[in-house]
Amino acid sequence: MRSWWLCARMWMRSMMAYRASFVLNLLASLVTHSLDFVVLVIMFRHTDQLGGWNLPEIAFLYATATFSLGMANLLVGSADGLGVRIMSGSLDTMLIRPAPALSQLCAERFSLRRLGRPLQAAIVLVWSLAALDVHWTWDRVLLVPVLLVCGTVIFGAIFVGGATVQFWWGESKEIQNSFTYGGATLLHYPPTIFAKELVAGAVFGVPLAFVNWLPSLRILDRPDPLGLPTAFQYASPVAAAVCVAAAGFAWRAGLRAYRGTGS
Amino acid sequence: MALIELQDVRRTFTVRARTGRFSRTRREVRAVDGLSFTVEAGECVGYIGPNGAGKSTTIKMLTGILVPSGGRLRVAGVDPARERVALARRIGVVFGQRTTLWWDLPLRDSFELARRIYRIPDRRYHENLGRCVELLDLEGLLDTPVRQLSLGQRMRGDLAAALLHDPQVLYLDEPTIGLDVVSKGRVREFLREVNRDRGTTVLLTTHDLTDIEQLCERVMVIDHGRVVHDGGLDGLHATGGSERTLVVDLAEARPPIEVAGARVVKVEGPRQWLAFPARESAAPIVAAVAERYPLVDLSVREPAIEDVIARMYAEVAIG
Repeated sequence: MRSWWLCARMWMRSMMAYRASFVLNLLASLVTHSLDFVVLVIMFRHTDQLGGWNLPEIAFLYATATFSLGMANLLVGSADGLGVRIMSGSLDTMLIRPAPALSQLCAERFSLRRLGRPLQAAIVLVWSLAALDVHWTWDRVLLVPVLLVCGTVIFGAIFVGGATVQFWWGESKEIQNSFTYGGATLLHYPPTIFAKELVAGAVFGVPLAFVNWLPSLRILDRPDPLGLPTAFQYASPVAAAVCVAAAGFAWRAGLRAYRGTGS
Repeated sequence: MALIELQDVRRTFTVRARTGRFSRTRREVRAVDGLSFTVEAGECVGYIGPNGAGKSTTIKMLTGILVPSGGRLRVAGVDPARERVALARRIGVVFGQRTTLWWDLPLRDSFELARRIYRIPDRRYHENLGRCVELLDLEGLLDTPVRQLSLGQRMRGDLAAALLHDPQVLYLDEPTIGLDVVSKGRVREFLREVNRDRGTTVLLTTHDLTDIEQLCERVMVIDHGRVVHDGGLDGLHATGGSERTLVVDLAEARPPIEVAGARVVKVEGPRQWLAFPARESAAPIVAAVAERYPLVDLSVREPAIEDVIARMYAEVAIG
């Protein structure tokens, strides 16, 4: 944590060496990411419901998924540069410092312009919370921040776990991107429009459903298309913990393999 | 107790090569093959060998980046592979071809980061930084972004960054590569200072033998993962079976000189070149020549260290 922060701060200052470029990048990323949501809005010009969910509800799904992904990307998204670092040999320079290599790697090229995505998601989230027609009990209120934190952690674990694959397969960013960016796009839409097998895969396989689908069922008072026990709707912290443990294990195994075989 | 200890250290890599459309063969390559040596605290050791001899692999094992396939390895009493992070506080590493400095930030910021990552106490940090700045003449460069530094200036910055936490051992992988003569001299001067005054143990790989001549009393030559020479620089001549050259200027052109213990390798008018084994004395040969030929002038040339090493590499390659 401490070394992540130290390195991240260095990168932030590096970026500030090019201030105008930073501002333009932040604006550009705000605009491009907003287009995702514009697509959803346009879709709702032609229909009132999508899989039985209305616009504020879909907006809630969109905002929570995007915010989680954006925060995870901001904090640990740089892990996907692992393959490049291995090839250029610069991973070695991280391994000779008395700080965990993973935190140095995650802080690599840390840049605040990645704030564009979560920032835009936060705006949509505020709007959807205002527009939602929900009876706000205390557990629902509490679930919203829990959902955002756990979603960030789950996506973060996928970023790291996916990056770890690069220890063995070289540069394979795309596999991980399909789970992170692809996964987030999946989560923009309600689980009711997808095949049950896919939803089940998102619960028991890559636990993307715990990012927002399952807790949203509780918050929005929707029936579970899989008919799982209600406990699942509160189980995001458990899923997040499992993901972190799995990613940590994979990282350690990967690093051991790297140090065992060299490059 | 020795600071660095290697006992029969081995390191193999598995290389997979495609041999057909679907078939692949696995081949074991021994990068380091039964390496044993010790380095005492305070030594300055040159570690040389042709490309691919296993130099970098050794350094990577000594820093704990690579885990050895076999054998025993200790640096400052700890097993680097097991206690990599703990060891990192006690060693300094400079890769000549890779900077650890922050490209877009002033030099000073990279030093500040080192201070925090290594948790260097304030007093020690300021002392060490002050000394490095003085010896490496970095005063005017501290506020310059690293990307604007010349290669030589950057190397000096890297050296300072590697020494701020008072490491016991300093590994240098080609520290003078690409530097001009003046920068090289400065880097060497600094390393000598660090080794002599701070007692820092230095292990350096290089292709520039002047580095070794000016810095190291001890040189290890490795090839194919084994030590082929370990000792003083002078010893290299004996090991390499090199020859010294006696150049004589005669009063007039003569047929090749005939004298015991030396042979003529070149004749150019009145000047003749005679080669004789480096370990023999030149005196009897000079005496014998002076007795029978009209000698005007003479000089003895030491064998160039490059030639010795080149011959050594070639021999190992054949044998």
